[in-house]
Amino acid sequence: MPETSLSALAAQLAAKQISSRELAQAYLDRIAALNPSINAFITVDAEKTLAEAAAADALIAAGQAGPLTGVPIAHKDIFCTDGWLTTCGSKMLHNFIAPYDAHVIQRFKAAGMPSLGKTNMDEFAMGSSNETSYFGAVKNPWNTAYVPGGSSGGAAACVAARMAPAATGTDTGGSIRQPAALCGITGLKPTYGLVSRFGMIAFASSLDQAGPMAPSAEDCALLLNVMTGFDPNDSTSLDREKEDYARDLDKPLAGLRVGLPREFFAAGLNSEVAAAVEAAVTELKKLGATTVDISLANSRLAIPVYYVLAPAEASSNLSRFDGVRYGYRAPEYGNLDDMYSKTRAQGFGAEVKRRILIGAYVLSHGYYDAYYLQAQKIRRLIADDFNAAFKTCDVILGPTAPGTAFKLGEKSGDPVEMYLNDLYTIPANLAGLPGMSLPCGFDAQGLPIGLQLVGNYFSEAKMLNVAHQYQRATDWHSRMPTNL
Amino acid sequence: MQWETVIGLEVHTQLATRSKIFSGSSTAFGAAPNTQASAVDIALPGVLPVLNRGAVECAIKFGLAIGATLNRVNVFDRKSYFYPDLPKGYQISQLARPIVEGGALKIVVGDTERTIHLTRAHMEEDAGKSLHEDFQGMTGIDLNRAGTPLLEIVSEPEMRSSAEAVAYARALHTLVTWIGICDGNMQEGSFRVDANVSVRPLGQAELGTRREIKNLNSFRFLQQAIDYEVRWQIETLEDGGRIEQATVLFDADRGETRMMRSKEEAHDYRYFPDPDLLPVKLDEDWIEAVRATLPELPVAMQARFQNDYGVSAYDAAVLTGSRALADYFETAAKACGQGKLAANWVMGELSAALNKAELDIAQSPVSAAHLGALIARIQDGTLSGKLAKQVFDGLWEGAGEVDAIIEARGLKQMSDSGELEKIIDEVLAANPKSVDEFRSGKDKAFNALVGQVMKASKGRANPAQVNERLKAKLQ
Repeated sequence: MPETSLSALAAQLAAKQISSRELAQAYLDRIAALNPSINAFITVDAEKTLAEAAAADALIAAGQAGPLTGVPIAHKDIFCTDGWLTTCGSKMLHNFIAPYDAHVIQRFKAAGMPSLGKTNMDEFAMGSSNETSYFGAVKNPWNTAYVPGGSSGGAAACVAARMAPAATGTDTGGSIRQPAALCGITGLKPTYGLVSRFGMIAFASSLDQAGPMAPSAEDCALLLNVMTGFDPNDSTSLDREKEDYARDLDKPLAGLRVGLPREFFAAGLNSEVAAAVEAAVTELKKLGATTVDISLANSRLAIPVYYVLAPAEASSNLSRFDGVRYGYRAPEYGNLDDMYSKTRAQGFGAEVKRRILIGAYVLSHGYYDAYYLQAQKIRRLIADDFNAAFKTCDVILGPTAPGTAFKLGEKSGDPVEMYLNDLYTIPANLAGLPGMSLPCGFDAQGLPIGLQLVGNYFSEAKMLNVAHQYQRATDWHSRMPTNL
Repeated sequence: MQWETVIGLEVHTQLATRSKIFSGSSTAFGAAPNTQASAVDIALPGVLPVLNRGAVECAIKFGLAIGATLNRVNVFDRKSYFYPDLPKGYQISQLARPIVEGGALKIVVGDTERTIHLTRAHMEEDAGKSLHEDFQGMTGIDLNRAGTPLLEIVSEPEMRSSAEAVAYARALHTLVTWIGICDGNMQEGSFRVDANVSVRPLGQAELGTRREIKNLNSFRFLQQAIDYEVRWQIETLEDGGRIEQATVLFDADRGETRMMRSKEEAHDYRYFPDPDLLPVKLDEDWIEAVRATLPELPVAMQARFQNDYGVSAYDAAVLTGSRALADYFETAAKACGQGKLAANWVMGELSAALNKAELDIAQSPVSAAHLGALIARIQDGTLSGKLAKQVFDGLWEGAGEVDAIIEARGLKQMSDSGELEKIIDEVLAANPKSVDEFRSGKDKAFNALVGQVMKASKGRANPAQVNERLKAKLQ
């Protein structure tokens, strides 16, 4: 497979050195070869992909191509796609074919980017290892005994294995950034409200945000240009002027103030990860950046706060999966209540049920104030910490995850141990801030390490600039697993 | 023991928007099942609600009309429960911060005017319908109604009888239709009433335990249901029983309320703010723009009617029973310049005829302009009251303009005194017995003579003139 950036692929397509059909076929061939061992895709439909590629070729031939027309992309199976199965990784939707396209899908279609298929994910985006998928675990391409992270594990793995040049992901508590880190790719969660949530199956509405996943920051900038934009169908979508996220990629970093939150380098952080992140800080200093010590004291409460708020919203968002109108329905039941309980008992996996139970509990009469309201107050304090920090720095840097990829099954028996994987990523979701992960090294076992950047609201172009300059000085992001 | 009844009402009014509160689907009634249910209405995975500004404007109108507080920031919450006609598994409603708080409504029962205070009014979406009859052993789901905008209007428990409850419900019905936020069609469920009813020993400050009667869709059922419920509660207490908090349904066929669910079975709705919707912010410009679209309100119109047309307070209240009636009255009154006479005709002859024909004021075969013209002919002496009724009948039948009917049917009051003199002379000549009787002191004989004159004139003679002339001749 050609090791090329999205801009290089686009240039080849524009120069007619390769057609979109040929490109799509090459990726489909690689999917056919590798997916059986990685399980990154839930749905692949070569016929549909090639038809979309042919349409892209027609656009190119007609001189109507956009910047990425003809470049194929894989979509997380959380996005509703007209005519394709959309499962959200759940038995509950194992047979659901959406009659409409999510806003994000519409945008990629309008950009002329063929879909390579629907990627595997933790069930309803609930998980950090991709082991909760009804369609089986995804394997980390760097070592198939290890998890790829989650919930956008299929997306991260397919990009890492170059089964797709890029993929869409969604991030509620780290679901783009943590798998990007564990699979050695770049992923960005935009400011809340920048990308429409319409057609993206809701997990926790106030936290969910879609974003791009690709080898490099430059790729992510180009994808972000496609994905963002106001959508009147999403009341939380922000009506802002369109910006070019690639505009600042080449700016030098002289004068950049990098904030290092001391809480993100404290106990619990794997020493190899710490060393790699510190080396990256040294690299940025060489590029002209200075560092600032900052404190995000309330972030220590991020996990408990998140595991009140996200399940609360999820318990409500997942109420529509009741077996009445679509999706799974238990084959046998007595009365209405029995139909509900059997359908949901059989249709949802253990982690989803756990979160529905937590959510229903924290919202129930007599507990709401103690849990939900209290968590909302702390959420505000966490955001206040960031606001204070951004008075002294331009971007915040730390590890994306406390460790590298873990073995399949290693943490699946202990939910709290699993939840701790999102320790550093959750605060940005709670504050609605943009965050990204980019590769910054490998551990002794050859597993990728990711560093996280968190920027102020709408500072995606700045973050991409920092990441791109770092990636020009390093080659972590262009390394590929060689064992496949 | 003497008992006091305490009633509070919760009224669901369907807002008269063309599209649903969170989707673009039509709200028109009567379409084939599920033909007005979009992806949002059936709660497909991934869909999101978008608030219909028109629904908010209806709520603002209502708040302004009852003198309530409009919460400048109000919030939609999710109310969770499972039911097949509730597609999302939650209803989007407003709990902690409703759009409207406070306000009051005037009601009149008999001769007594009372002010009933409102607790709140909040926006919410309606659920779909479960159809149990049409499918043997199964339930059909029609989601056409799902997402229809509602304003739930909650009163304080200030009513003390079923008559007051009905008067309040009627006044509310008049108001919401008056300001055009609801079509008021009770058969189609556009105006549904829940009554919270309790009783307590007269003089006791503490409220008794209430039971809520759900979904009453006529004023008659409201009255019957409350009367039954109050009797049942008093009997239960007098027999030494206790009232348990419960939700009940009214069985109109049997005239009874019956238990739907007890307090123990009540849902925990797990309310929390809907993260898919931003808080609704009302700025002063928006409120003032909506205020400018409000018609003159019933209370203001009543005062004006008393002032401008000299009608009584009672008549003013009756005439503002609906906007159509008030408009009708005012048009007629202006056309003839006779407010009191117009009020009498509208509330008397016209209302009686409409009632008899089971017609609404809007369907009146006699237009306000025609009625005004008719009254003008009474005023200028062309018609007597009696003749006017014949002309009215002509108008009702669609026989044409007032003057044309008078002409065609020869109903003009006799204005030529010579003609009257002649008739009187003839009557006196033909009834010597009555003349003698009158002269010997029998007053009744005079009336008989008047009757004869009126008959001979075919009703066209002016009765006052007949009296006067006859007396003069007999003296």
